[in-house]
Amino acid sequence: MIKPYGDTLNDGKVQLSFTLPVTNDDKGREAAKILAKKMGIPDPNVAHSGTLDEGFTFYVVYGGVAHGVEYDSIVVQTVDGDVMDMGEVSNFIRENIGRNVVIIGASTGTDAHTVGIDAIMNMKGFAGNYGLERYEMIEAHNLGSQVANEDFIAKAKELNADVLLVSQTVTQKDVHIANMTELVEMLEAEGLRQDVVLICGGPRISNELAKELGYDAGFGQNSFAQHVASFAVQEVVRRGIK
Amino acid sequence: MEQVAKARGYAHSVAVDTQAFIDKHTTVAIERTICRLMGIDGVDEVEVPLPNLVVNHLRDNQLLGIGSALMLGNAMVSTGKSPQEIAEGIADGSINLAKIPMGDLDAIKNAVFAVAEKTVAKIAQNRNDRQQMLDKHGDKVGAWLYVIVATGNIYEDITQAVAAVKQGADIIAVIRTTGQSLLDYVPYGATTEGFGGTYATQENFRLMRAALDSAGDEVGRYIRLCNYCSGLCMPEIAALGAMERLDMMLNDALYGILFRDINMQRTIVDQYFSRIINGFAGIIINTGEDNYLTTADAVEEAHTVLTSQFLNEQFALMAGLPEEQMGLGHAFEISPDVHNGFLYELAQAQMAREIFPKAPLKYMPPTKFMTGDIFKGVVQNALFNTVTAITGQKVHLLGMLTEAIHTPFMSDRAQALDSANYIFNTMADLGDEIEFKQGGIMQTRVAEVLDKSVNLLAEIEQKKLFSTLEQGIFAGIKRGRDAGKGLDGVTLKADGYFNPFIEMMKEK
Ligand code: B12
Repeated sequence: MIKPYGDTLNDGKVQLSFTLPVTNDDKGREAAKILAKKMGIPDPNVAHSGTLDEGFTFYVVYGGVAHGVEYDSIVVQTVDGDVMDMGEVSNFIRENIGRNVVIIGASTGTDAHTVGIDAIMNMKGFAGNYGLERYEMIEAHNLGSQVANEDFIAKAKELNADVLLVSQTVTQKDVHIANMTELVEMLEAEGLRQDVVLICGGPRISNELAKELGYDAGFGQNSFAQHVASFAVQEVVRRGIK
Repeated sequence: MEQVAKARGYAHSVAVDTQAFIDKHTTVAIERTICRLMGIDGVDEVEVPLPNLVVNHLRDNQLLGIGSALMLGNAMVSTGKSPQEIAEGIADGSINLAKIPMGDLDAIKNAVFAVAEKTVAKIAQNRNDRQQMLDKHGDKVGAWLYVIVATGNIYEDITQAVAAVKQGADIIAVIRTTGQSLLDYVPYGATTEGFGGTYATQENFRLMRAALDSAGDEVGRYIRLCNYCSGLCMPEIAALGAMERLDMMLNDALYGILFRDINMQRTIVDQYFSRIINGFAGIIINTGEDNYLTTADAVEEAHTVLTSQFLNEQFALMAGLPEEQMGLGHAFEISPDVHNGFLYELAQAQMAREIFPKAPLKYMPPTKFMTGDIFKGVVQNALFNTVTAITGQKVHLLGMLTEAIHTPFMSDRAQALDSANYIFNTMADLGDEIEFKQGGIMQTRVAEVLDKSVNLLAEIEQKKLFSTLEQGIFAGIKRGRDAGKGLDGVTLKADGYFNPFIEMMKEK
C-alpha cells in the first residue's frame, strides 16, 4: 500500500486548488473544507482563499489523504508488442510482409493542429526521432489538418492504405470522442474496418480510450514514429492484412 | 536604421503591386458585407443569412461583378422598398434583381448613399462613444492585459469575462469556435454551442459589449472587446464588429492563406476591405505573426515574424488604417532550453518596439513550450511579463499556467492577472533605466534578424507576393494561386462596379 509523500513516508500529503461559486467568507472556507473531507482528506487546511468575483472564490487546500493504492496489483493497458527502431521496422517489413506498408494520417474533423501528426509522420520527426516518411519500407501520406472523415476514408481506399493514423488535439466538450466514433462507424458501414489497422493519438489520448472507441491502439504524449510503426507493422502481420 | 528603411521600401512595393490586383476584384464576402452595411440582416426559414441569399442570387445571375450596391440601389429606386424588404422579396421569390431594368445611375447612387450614410453615421457614433467612455474613465497607461474566454456558450463567456474584468483585465477576447474561419457565412443570433470557442455572431457581439460596458462602469475602466476578423468572412465580421463597437480584431493579411489554406486571391482582396472598415471604426487590428512560431523554430524563424510585420504594416496603410491601430504581433516562443533564450526574446521585443514606435504591439505568451508542469509554466509566464515590463509592449496577452491542458479556468485567468499586475508594478520604470550593451549579444542578434528580413523582403518584392506564396518561400508553406478554400467567391469587377463604403470610410 502506498500513499503520497510530503516529507514523511505515507503522510499522504497532497495539494489541491479549485473554485467554488460562493462568496469569499467563513462559510465558503467551510464549504471548501467539507469538500476536501469528502475527497478523503480528513483534516484539510484551507491555506488560501481568493476572491475571483462576488460569487466565486478560489481555494488552495493542503492535507493528508486517507486513501492509499495497492501498487503491486496494478496492471496498465499499454500498447502490446516490442518497440523496434527505424532499421528494425524496415527489416521486419521486408521479412514478414515483403512489400511497402501504406500509412495515411491526418488531423481529422475540425481539428487544425498539425504539429502532433507531423511529429509522427514528417521526414524530420520530433525530438531527434525520425518520422515515418523516412522509413524505407513505409509509404507515408500525411493529409494535414481538418480532414473530414469521409475524405479520409476516400483517400484510404484510393491509396489502398494498410494503416490509418488519426490525430486529435482539441478535446473540449468531448468533440474528439464524437469525431473518432464517427470514423469507426463509417469504416464499419463500408466494411473496411477489418482491412486496416486503425490508430489514434494526441496529448489527451490513451490506449485505453482508443480501445474503448474501437481503435486498435492509442498513443499519448511522448510517443514517436518508432512506437507507432512497431505496433502497426506487427498488427498488420498478426491480422494477416494483405 | 538604414536597413529598416530598406525593408519598408520593399514591403511597400509588394503592397503597391498587390493592390493593383485587389482593385480589380471583388468577392462574395465583400458583397455580403455591403448588404449588411446597407441594413440587410436576419435569416430565411432554413437559417441561411439574408446577405448570403442576396449574394448567391447575384452570383446565379452573373451579376456579382456589378456588385450588390448597384443592384440593390436599382431595386430600391424601382420598387421604393428598403434593402431589407428587397432581400426578403428575394427570399420569398417575389423579387428577381436580374429582371429589373437598370435605371438612372445618379438616382441609384443617391439611393444607395442615403442608406449607406445611416450605417456609416452609426459606426462613427460608436467611435465617438468609445472615445467618450475612454475620456470619462481615462485610458490605461502601460500594457493592456488581454485574456480570452472560450466556453462555447456566450452566456457562460459573459460570466467568465465579467469576473476577469473584476480581476483587472483590460481586454476580453472571445475565442471563436473551431472551424468558423472556414464557414462562408456568419451564423445568426445568440449561440450556446461551440468547441474551443464561441461563434462570432452579431448578437453575441452585442451581448458581450453590453456586459463589458456595465462591468467597466462598475470598475471605472473602459474594457476593450476583441474578436476574430479572419477566415472566409473577414470583411463581414469587420462590419459586424464596427456596428457593435468592438475595439480590436485579429486581422492578418496572410494568416488565412498560410495557416487555414484559404485561397490567396480571396484573402488578399477580402483583407483590404476589412481593414478599411476596421480603420474607420477605430478598431485596433491584431496581426498573427505569433503563428509562424508555433509551427517553426522561434530562433531560426524570427526574421519571418519581422518580415510579416513589415508587410502587414504596408497592407494596413494601403487601407487607410493608421499606425496607432496596428497591433503588429509577435510572441515569446523560444524553447526554455535555449542558452540565453531570454536575451533573444528581449532583443526581438525591443527591436519591434523601436521599428514600430507608434504601433500598439501585440505580444503573445509562451504556448508551444508550456507543458503539464504548471509550476514551471508560472515561471515561463513571469519571464514573458518581464519582457513587456521592460520593452513596453501594449496588447499583452496573458499566458495561462494550464495552457497545455485546457481552455482557461476562471482561476487560471485570475492567477495570470495577479502575477502580471505584480510584475508591471514592481518593474514599472525598469525599461527606462536600462541601456543595451553596444555590440553585445542582443544588438548582434537584432542586426542578424533585421538583415535576414531585408533579404527575404527583397526576394518577395522581386518575385511578387503570389509567386512567393506559391514557392513556399514564406514560412515554408506552399500554396497554389488557384488552390485553397474560397476561390470560387472571387470575381472580376464589371464596368461601373461600385462600393460606396470605400470612399465613405477610407476618406476619413
Ligand atoms: C500550437 C497550437 C496551436 C496552433 C496549431 C498550429 C498547427 N499547425 O498545428 C494554432 C495556433 C493554429 C492553434 C489553434 C487552436 N488551438 Co491550439 N494549441 C497549440 C499548442 C500551443 C501546442 C500544440 C502542439 O503543437 N504540441 C506539440 C505536439 C508535438 O504535441 P502533441 O500534439 O501532443 O503530439 C504528440 C503526441 O500527442 C502524439 N500524437 C499526436 N497526434 C498523434 C497521432 C497519432 C496517430 C499518434 C500515434 C500520435 C500522435 O505524438 C506527438 C509527438 O509526441 C497547445 C497548447 C500546448 N502547449 O499543448 C494548444 C491547444 C492544443 N489548442 C487548443 C485550442 C482550443 C485551439 C483552438 C481550438 C482555439 C480556437 N478556438 O481557435 C484552435 C484550433 C482551431 C481548430 N479548428 O482546431 C487547446 C486545446 C484544449 C482542449 N484540450 O480541447 C490547447 C491545449 C490550448 C489551450 N489551453 O486552450 N493551436
